Amino acid sequence: MLTCKQASQLISQSLDHPLSWVQRLQLRLHLLICTPCTRFRQQLKLLRLALQNIRSNIENDDAIQLPFDAKDRILHNVELKQ
Amino acid sequence: MADNINDWLNEHGDYLYRFALARLRDPHQAEDAVQETMLAAIKGNSFEGSSSARTWLTGILKHKIIDLQRKQIREQPVSDLIDLDNADTSMDDFFDSTGHWLDKPQALDMPDNALEQKQFLAVLDECMGRLPQKLKAIFMLRDVQELDNENICKELEITATNAWVMLYRARMGLRKCLELNWI
Repeated sequence: MLTCKQASQLISQSLDHPLSWVQRLQLRLHLLICTPCTRFRQQLKLLRLALQNIRSNIENDDAIQLPFDAKDRILHNVELKQ
Repeated sequence: MADNINDWLNEHGDYLYRFALARLRDPHQAEDAVQETMLAAIKGNSFEGSSSARTWLTGILKHKIIDLQRKQIREQPVSDLIDLDNADTSMDDFFDSTGHWLDKPQALDMPDNALEQKQFLAVLDECMGRLPQKLKAIFMLRDVQELDNENICKELEITATNAWVMLYRARMGLRKCLELNWI
């Protein structure tokens, strides 16, 4: 039986690459009886969803603009480095 | 050449800046990324007009963003790297010696109403800022830029084990911070 520590590691890894079938089975069994780890998995999913929201909010926010002084700096620096 | 850059910045500067800011979350770094993109664009001058200038510049910018994050990770003090070797013990804050949660994770939900959602995202942003720089950088590459693990390992020249340990630690830290500051 997996400990919660091991289960939490597998949950995190499952977001990055597919688990082996043994790992999947072990994790599924653990989650059946473990509320805290089930919540942990929901937390990580929420984290990902929220980050994608933040990213698209910034990308689509027309109020965020390249500051004028930044533009001047970039023009200046690029000319210097050429 | 300077005219080119001026035009690019006028037409695409805001877009590129937002693109970089959404991934780096730091105004200075976002500005740097746009600047490096402009430099590479005039030096390379490989724009053939087959794609739009914006698509072409965004392609360059993506690489510059990763360059910046890689630099950030490499410049970390050695003590942080040593800590990684003890990855197993560094999670002792979260689990007891038998592997049980010390503080059981709480139910977390994305708020339905727009205002609360905005507040929630602000708390998350704040929590991101509290992560050690290196963890933040690798976490952003994976969960914000959605680079796959193989590329992260290649770009950062780290092992797969190092990558998953760092991602795990970043996620553990973030969810804890959210629990403390949101619920």
